[in-house]
Amino acid sequence: MTRAYSGRASEELTVDRLAREELATDDVRIHPDTLEHQAQVAEAHANPQLAANFRRAAELARVPDDQVMAMYEALRPHRSTGAELEDLARRLDDHEAPRCAALVREAASVYARRGLLA
Amino acid sequence: MDPLTTGTDAPRPVGRIRFMNEQRVNLDGFAHEDVELGLVALSSPADPEPSLVVRDGKVVEMDGRAAEDFDVLDAYIANHGIDLSVAEEAMALDDVTLARLFVDFAVPRDEVVRLVAGTTPAKLARVVAMLRPAELTIAMTKLRARRTPSNQAHVTNRLDDPLLLAADAATAAAYGFRELETTVPVLADAPSNAVAVTVGAAVGSPGVLVQCSVEEAMELEMGMRGLVSYAETVSLYGTESVFVDGDDTPYSKAFLSSAYASRGVKMRVSSGAGAEVLMGGAERCSMLYLESRCVSLARAMGVQGVQNGGIDGASVAGAVPAGVRELMAENVMVMARNLESCSGNDALMSESHVRRTSRTLPIMLAGSDFICSGFGSIQRYDNMFGPSQWNAEDLDDWLVMQRDWGIDGGLRTADPQDMERLRRRAAEAVRDVYAWLGLADFTDEHVELAVDAVGSKDLGDPDPMVVLGAAQAIRTSGLGSLEVARALLECGYHVEAERVLEMLVARVHGDHLQTAAIFDESMQVLSLVTDPNDYAGPGTGYEPTPARQREIHAIRQARGVEDLRKDQEGFASDALRVVGPAAPGSDPREVVVGVSPGVGRTVWRTLSGLLVVDVLRELLAGLEEEGCRPRVVRVNRTLDLGMVGLTAARLAGSGIGIGLQGKGTALIHRRDLPPLANLELYSVAPVVTPDLYRLLGSNAGRHAKGATPVPARNPYTDEAIEARYHTSVIALIALERSCVDPQAGPEELEVAP
Repeated sequence: MTRAYSGRASEELTVDRLAREELATDDVRIHPDTLEHQAQVAEAHANPQLAANFRRAAELARVPDDQVMAMYEALRPHRSTGAELEDLARRLDDHEAPRCAALVREAASVYARRGLLA
Repeated sequence: MDPLTTGTDAPRPVGRIRFMNEQRVNLDGFAHEDVELGLVALSSPADPEPSLVVRDGKVVEMDGRAAEDFDVLDAYIANHGIDLSVAEEAMALDDVTLARLFVDFAVPRDEVVRLVAGTTPAKLARVVAMLRPAELTIAMTKLRARRTPSNQAHVTNRLDDPLLLAADAATAAAYGFRELETTVPVLADAPSNAVAVTVGAAVGSPGVLVQCSVEEAMELEMGMRGLVSYAETVSLYGTESVFVDGDDTPYSKAFLSSAYASRGVKMRVSSGAGAEVLMGGAERCSMLYLESRCVSLARAMGVQGVQNGGIDGASVAGAVPAGVRELMAENVMVMARNLESCSGNDALMSESHVRRTSRTLPIMLAGSDFICSGFGSIQRYDNMFGPSQWNAEDLDDWLVMQRDWGIDGGLRTADPQDMERLRRRAAEAVRDVYAWLGLADFTDEHVELAVDAVGSKDLGDPDPMVVLGAAQAIRTSGLGSLEVARALLECGYHVEAERVLEMLVARVHGDHLQTAAIFDESMQVLSLVTDPNDYAGPGTGYEPTPARQREIHAIRQARGVEDLRKDQEGFASDALRVVGPAAPGSDPREVVVGVSPGVGRTVWRTLSGLLVVDVLRELLAGLEEEGCRPRVVRVNRTLDLGMVGLTAARLAGSGIGIGLQGKGTALIHRRDLPPLANLELYSVAPVVTPDLYRLLGSNAGRHAKGATPVPARNPYTDEAIEARYHTSVIALIALERSCVDPQAGPEELEVAP
């Protein structure tokens, strides 16, 4: 059985509940555990990179929309200093998002070498 | 200046050359190969030699470049994109050996995928460049991820009119497109377009994925809101400078990919030949090598699929030698890297119908996850991506091409009556939902215009502020697809509400995040996981189900004998009356007009659209002008025109007869000639005019009087006359044959004046 981000079982996502206004945004949002499950499926189908992406996604699933968008913006070229990227990586650590944090730290090091920092 | 004239002093070419210069293909631009500009398709001297050096589990050199010199693309690919457990084996294979694995039926797809995972960008480009067009077709058949092919449509209009967007989305879904891509001429309209297309798609079919292509951040916002169900406009470029000019890096794009997946939104990236050339940053490399970098990067980032095959740059590739081949090779690289291929055939790359068909056909025959990454299902002028390789005017061509080859190009015939119903329901649903949500009010007249519109030019001049206001309201209120589903329900669109909700529930499951996922109409996910391509030579791989094959065959234009019988019955009259058996005449001025057995029974109208009776009246008038005495008989024993004419000649006192088949073919015969000979023949029935029939009558009269008339010339046509009429001819002959009676003698007919 699949659960939505809210914890509601996917079987409960019915038109009747929609009509009774019982469904909220988090009821139609994917749960991190489901993304981990999809990562395992991807791994079993010869795509470890897709699996890694789903695992980063599982970490981001708990991060609010506006923060996700801000993090993306910070990673664009010439937006952030090395220190700012390190701050971002720490925030991701705080969100229990070590894979995303590692990606940001790797970016910071490559950006520094290639002149892509702010 | 006309590129085909080299200057004002150039001598005027001869007529044959001037004539060729005027053909459509010569509106296209063609360029000499130019390595400096990156105008080179498959291989450039500047492309690096493939190489890979791994030390302590880390790539320290790739394609001739040391790790300390890696640009941001190299770094990402080297750190994430290469399966080091297989790299040594794969890189050691020579190019020919690896290329042969792509087309060898005995080697499973999985094995190619395993080895390619260990190749560098330069290596894969070199291998794929070896594949000839027919080999690319086989490789695509074998290597695409999903067994069942599919197709994607553009649904846009230059007004961002929500009612028309919805009607056109429903239309596209009814035609079988499983992904719909919209975009905007006015960026701020985007949320409104997303809602309108989502609702329209839900009217047309369950399980249609919808995207709204806009700037990266806004597209992400709409994806997170649940306003769209997939994203595609996440562009990759093959050089660092162009990538950064595009305001991203592989790292920001990889983060973006994860952000989409974190909200259960399907996503693929876009790349393709020509983009770097157009931005002046190809760094002297071939298009195929640069694209190989993009594809390697896509796999490294962990996205499930790639839209490539020269998207906006398709015509750049098309301008150089082997450029079209390069476009297809790009798709094959994606498939070999175990990713979903959304295989171009998107932006229009030629003014020539021959050329654009040539570019697409091998991919259509091979089948791809999405054959077109944007079939323009709407009018060219309404396509806000620019005109597509295939557009609304080509839908029937596409359906016929599927039928011609017996293949699945992803589309089906939409029933014309159904079409009106769907378009009305879609336009009304959007009107009602917008009203219920307080976004905008649209009139009944607007609905009617949208239902019947061929394109937005048929809508008059609606107020652009209405759409903008609706879009702003959607954005500021934070409204998402859940609210849209509820509005549909409140407005009485239960089925559509359920379909929109189903797409949201699909996000919770996330099965459509796997490679090459679409939903079928029963909401089953078809993907690399659930519907893997198992092609291993003839008799294996995708075969349409019998029901799908019937759908492919059943184009609305197909006709049978019964259709034609009904058409002919509609022209029946009492203008031909049987007088009695026909006997030979003796008057030397008598000419007999013989008609075939079906005339006046099953056949009433000729292929030219003239009634047979009117043709007879012209023939009789022509004979009378020459002072002859005409008589009309029906020959019942045979439908062969020569025999009909000869029988008439033998009954005629003059020995001259006219033979006329119901379809309009006519000749003049003489009693002493062999059956297959004749004096004059009108063989091209569809273009014979009343004047020509009258001339045939008077020429027959002159023959009867012993004169030698100037033969009438058969009318000229450059139309595909046989393509147009042969099916009708076959049916008319069948109708005639049903009236043949080998025992029956000829009978005399009276033609009402």
